[in-house]
Amino acid sequence: MPDLIVIGAGVVGAACAHYAARAGLDVTVIDRGPVAGGTTGAGEGNVLVSDKEPGPELDLAVLSRRLWRALAEDAGPGGFEYEPKGGLVVAETPEIQRRLAALAALTAASGVEHTVVAGEDLRGYEPHLAGGLAGGVHYPQDAQVQPMLAAARLLGHGSIRLRTDVTVTGFTRSGERVTGVRTDRGDLTGDAVINAAGTWGGEIAALAGVELPILPRRGFILVTEPLHRPLVRHKVYTAAYVTNVASDAAGLETSAVVEGTPAGTVLIGASRERVGFDRTTSVPVLSRLAAQAVALFPALRDVRVIRSYCGFRPYCPDHLPVIGPDPRAPGLYHACGHEGAGIGLAPASGHLLAQVLTGRRPELDLRPFRPDRFEPALRPDRFEEPA
Amino acid sequence: MSGQPGSDPVTCDVVVVGGGPAGVAGALTAARRGLRVVLLDSGARLGGQYFRHPAVAVRPGTAGFDRFVRQARALDRQARVLLRHQVWAVSRDDDLVVHCLAPGGGAVTVRCRGLLIATGAHDRALPFPGWDLPGVLTAGGAQALLKGDGVVAGRRIVVAGTGPFLLPVGAGLAGAGARVLGVFEAGGGLGLARHPLPALARAGEAAGYALALARHRVPYRTRRAVVAAHGERELEAVTVARLDRDWNVLATRRIACDTLAVGYGFVPQIDLGVQLGCDTRADVDGSPVLAVDGAQRTSVEGVWAAGEPTGVGGWRLAELEGRIAGLAIAAHAAPDAPAAGRVTEALIRRRGRLRAFGRALQEAYPVRPGWRGWLRDDTLVCRCEEVPLGRIREALRLGATDARSVKLLARPGMGWCQGRVCGYAVARLAGEPPGPPRRPVVQPVSLGTLAEPPHPLSWKDLP
Amino acid sequence: MSDAFQITVDGRPVPVTRGQTIGAALHAAGVRSWRTTRLGGRPRGLFCGIGICFDCLVSVNGRPPERACLLDARPGDEVTTS
Ligand SMILES: Cc1cc2nc3c(=O)[nH]c(=O)nc-3n(C[C@H](O)[C@H](O)[C@H](O)COP(=O)(O)OP(=O)(O)OC[C@H]3O[C@@H](n4cnc5c(N)ncnc54)[C@H](O)[C@@H]3O)c2cc1C
Ligand SMILES: Cc1cc2nc3c(=O)[nH]c(=O)nc-3n(C[C@H](O)[C@H](O)[C@H](O)COP(=O)(O)OP(=O)(O)OC[C@H]3O[C@@H](n4cnc5c(N)ncnc54)[C@H](O)[C@@H]3O)c2cc1C
Ligand code: FES
Repeated sequence: MPDLIVIGAGVVGAACAHYAARAGLDVTVIDRGPVAGGTTGAGEGNVLVSDKEPGPELDLAVLSRRLWRALAEDAGPGGFEYEPKGGLVVAETPEIQRRLAALAALTAASGVEHTVVAGEDLRGYEPHLAGGLAGGVHYPQDAQVQPMLAAARLLGHGSIRLRTDVTVTGFTRSGERVTGVRTDRGDLTGDAVINAAGTWGGEIAALAGVELPILPRRGFILVTEPLHRPLVRHKVYTAAYVTNVASDAAGLETSAVVEGTPAGTVLIGASRERVGFDRTTSVPVLSRLAAQAVALFPALRDVRVIRSYCGFRPYCPDHLPVIGPDPRAPGLYHACGHEGAGIGLAPASGHLLAQVLTGRRPELDLRPFRPDRFEPALRPDRFEEPA
Repeated sequence: MSGQPGSDPVTCDVVVVGGGPAGVAGALTAARRGLRVVLLDSGARLGGQYFRHPAVAVRPGTAGFDRFVRQARALDRQARVLLRHQVWAVSRDDDLVVHCLAPGGGAVTVRCRGLLIATGAHDRALPFPGWDLPGVLTAGGAQALLKGDGVVAGRRIVVAGTGPFLLPVGAGLAGAGARVLGVFEAGGGLGLARHPLPALARAGEAAGYALALARHRVPYRTRRAVVAAHGERELEAVTVARLDRDWNVLATRRIACDTLAVGYGFVPQIDLGVQLGCDTRADVDGSPVLAVDGAQRTSVEGVWAAGEPTGVGGWRLAELEGRIAGLAIAAHAAPDAPAAGRVTEALIRRRGRLRAFGRALQEAYPVRPGWRGWLRDDTLVCRCEEVPLGRIREALRLGATDARSVKLLARPGMGWCQGRVCGYAVARLAGEPPGPPRRPVVQPVSLGTLAEPPHPLSWKDLP
Repeated sequence: MSDAFQITVDGRPVPVTRGQTIGAALHAAGVRSWRTTRLGGRPRGLFCGIGICFDCLVSVNGRPPERACLLDARPGDEVTTS
C-alpha cells in the first residue's frame, strides 16, 4: 500500500509526487491518460515572477522559481530544458510605464529582481521590438521550462510508481476519512490522496463529496516556423497581460505575449475566454493574437504560423490555486486550480504539500489556498492577512 | 445564392476543395445543375495527382485524360476555379467559411452553404536509415515530377515499397528513359489473387504495366524492401533486403543507384474534415478516413467528401464519388428538382464494386510490423524536427502512452510538415493506429496575413 | 513567356521549361539539395514532390522560404541555397 496516491500526472501531480518521494514517501501516481496529457501539454512553460502583484501567489511563485532552478540543476543536462531567459514587460504609454515601474518597486520586497528600462533602451534587450514604446521593466528571474519533459523527469524518481490509462471514479472511505481511490481498474488504498487533476480538480473533489469551483478558461497559442536565428530573446508581453490575467470576465480577452523557444519557434499568446471545453479553433482569436504580435514585433510579419493549439486553464474565481488538506474530507489533499501559472507554481505546491504530509511546518502559509475558502460561511476569511 | 451583386461578400452554394478527379467531377456535376460553385486547389493546374500534366502541351497517355480535359474546360465556364489557392482552415458561423491563401500570400475567404472535401491523399512513408538523403523521393513524388514537370527523377533508379502503385511508377520511369534497377515489393504480391472479382476487373491494367516493365528488363521482386540508403551528401546506394512475411530482414545486398522512389500506400488528407468535427472511421489499414453515408455526406451538416479522404480507392472511384456528391449536393439544395438529377442505383452499384476493389487492394498490400526492425536508434523518424528513434523510445519509457504524448515529450510531428510524413510511423511505434490529425492550421500562414482582415470573395469575383 | 528560359541558383544558370516548378528544375539540373537542417546540418531537397513534407524549402528572390515543389519557376528567378 502506498503512503500517497496522486491523481493526475500533469506537472503539478508530478511535482507533488516528486517532493513526497524525496521526503521518503512511497507514491503512486494515477492518470487516465499519459504523462502530461492534460493542460500541462498545452502550456507554454513560463516560470514567471513578473506578472503577479505582491501577495500569496507571488510568494508561491518566488519560492517555486527557486525550486525549479534547483530541480533543473539536479536533473543536469539532458534532464529537461530550463532556460532562465528573463521577461520583458513593455508599456505603450508613459502612464502605463509609471504604473509598471511602481508595481515592480512593490514586488521587490518579495524578492523579485527587476530593472526599469527606458523606451530608447528597449532595443538593447529586444532588437526587433516596435518603435514608439514608452519603456518597460526587465525581470531577470523569469524562466522557461519544457513542461511535459519536466513532468516526466520529475516522475522518474525511484519511489514513484506511475500508472497511466487508469481513471479515478470515486473514493474509498472509512467514515469521513478518505482511504484511497476507486478506479476503472480496481480500488487502491493509501494513507493520503492528492487531487492534482488540474482543470478537472472540481470533478475529482465532487467524487469525494466536496465542492471546488474550478472552471476551464480557454487559451490559444500560435506556433511559428522554426527560425534559424532567434528573433525574440525574452518572454515579452504588454502590460495589458497583467490586467487580463487578473480579470474575471468570461468574454474573450487577448494581450500580446511573444517568446522564442530553444526549438527555434516563436510562441504567441495569450487569449482567455470561458467557453467550457470547446476545442473548436476560432479564426478571429488567432487573427487577434497575430495582429498583436506583429504590432509588438513588426519583423514577425513574414514569419509563418505552422500550428496552433488550445488548452483549458484551471480557473478559480479568486485566481489562487487550491493547495492543502481538505478539512471536509480528511485524508484528501488538493493541489489544483493553478490557472495560467500551474507550471511555474508546481514545485512550490508539491514541496509545501510534502512538508504538510510529513508533519513539518510548511515554509509558506497555506491559508490563502485553503480548499474550503469558497464555502459561503467562510468566505470573508480569505481577506485575512497571512500570519 | 445570397448577397447583393457588387462587392458584398457572397455566399455560394458549394465550395469544392481539391481539383483532382473527385473535386472536378463533383464541381462540374453541381454546376451543371445550376449551383454556384467555387473550386479551390493549391496546384497550378487542375488534375490532382492522377491527372497531373505539364503546362506545355504534351498529351500524356493517362487513361481517361481526354475526358478529364473536357470536364475541366467545361468547369472553367460554369464555375469559378481558383488555382494556387491553399485552404488553411474552414470555420462556421451562419455559413461555412473557407479560409485560403491566394497566390501572393493574401488571405481570401469564401462563404458557402455546402462544402465538398476532395483533398486526395499523399504518399505514406516509412522511415529507414538514410531515408532523408537527397535522391530519396516518395513514389508519388517521382511520379509527380514525371507527369507534371516532364522530369525523370534520376538515371539509375530503384523503386520500392508496397502496393500496385509501384507498377506504374516503375513502368513510367523506365519508359521515360531511366534505368530502373528493380521494383521491390515488400508484400507477397499474390494477395490479390485471392479476390477473383477485383483481380479480373483490373488484370488488364496491371498486366499492361507488368509487360512494360518486362520490355525494359526491369526486375519485379516481391518480399524485398529497401532497408537503408547510403551516401555522403546524396544517395549513392541502397540496401535491399529479402523479407519474411512480417517484413523482418532475412538477407541483404547493396545496389548502387542515384535515386530511390519509395512508397507504402497512401494517407488520405482529412484535416479539414477533422477541423469541422466530421466523424471518422478506420479504413482497412487502420488509417482514419471521413465517414460518409450513401450520398457522400459526412456527419456534419452541409459537408460532403469524395475521393481518397473517404478511403483510398484510386482515381476511378474518386471521380465517381465526386459525381455522386455533386448530385447529392444539388438534390439537397433543390429538393424539388426533377428526379433526373438524382443519384441512380446504377451509380451506387458501380461505386460498390470500385470500393470493394479498393478494399481488396488494401487488404492485399498491408504494411507489416517488421519495418520497425530496419531502424537504428539514430535513424530519424521525424525529418522536420530531426527526432531519432532513440528519443521516441525514451519518451515511451518516460510515460508516453500514445502518439500525442510521444509528440509532446520528443517533438516528432511538431515541425513544418505537422506529422504528415512521420505520423504513421510514430503512431505505430507508440503502439496504436494513426488517429485523426488535429491541425487547426492546415497550411502555413504568415502572421502578417493572419493579422489582416481577409478579402471576402464577392459577387464581382464570380463569373 | 517563352517555353524555355533560365533561372539562377546561387548565380549559376539553370534551364527551365515553362510550367516547371523550381524544385523540378533544380532536381533536373542535378541540384538535389538546397538547404541544410537546423540541428544536424543535413542536406535536403525534394522528397514528397507535392507540398506535404516541406523538405524542399527554398528562398527565391530574397523572400522567406517557400516550398520549391509548389512554386512555378519564372524567368530570372534567383534562388539562394543555405
Ligand atoms: C494556452 C496556455 C498557456 C499556458 N502557459 C503557461 C505558462 O507559460 N506558465 C505556466 O505556469 N502555466 C501556463 N499555463 C497553465 C498551465 O498549463 C496549467 O496551470 C498547468 O499545466 C496545470 O497542471 P496540472 O498538473 O494541475 O493539470 P493537468 O496538466 O491538466 O493534469 C491533470 C491531470 O489529471 C488527469 N485526470 C483528470 N481527471 C482524472 C481522473 N478522473 N482520473 C485520473 N486522472 C485524471 C488528467 O488526465 C491530467 O493529466 C498555460 C495554460 C494554457 C491553456
Ligand atoms: C503524389 C501522388 C501521385 C499519384 N499518382 C498516381 C498515378 O500516377 N496514377 C494513379 O492511378 N494514382 C496516382 N495517385 C493516387 C491518387 O491518390 C488517386 O489516383 C487520385 O488522384 C485520387 O483522386 P482525388 O480526387 O481523390 O485526389 P487528388 O487527385 O489527390 O486531388 C486532390 C487535390 O486537392 C488539392 N488539395 C489538397 N489539400 C488542399 C488544400 N488544403 N487546399 C487546396 N487544395 C488542396 C491537391 O492539390 C490536389 O490537387 C497518386 C497519389 C499521390 C499522392
Ligand atoms: S518536396 Fe515535399 S514539400 Fe516540396
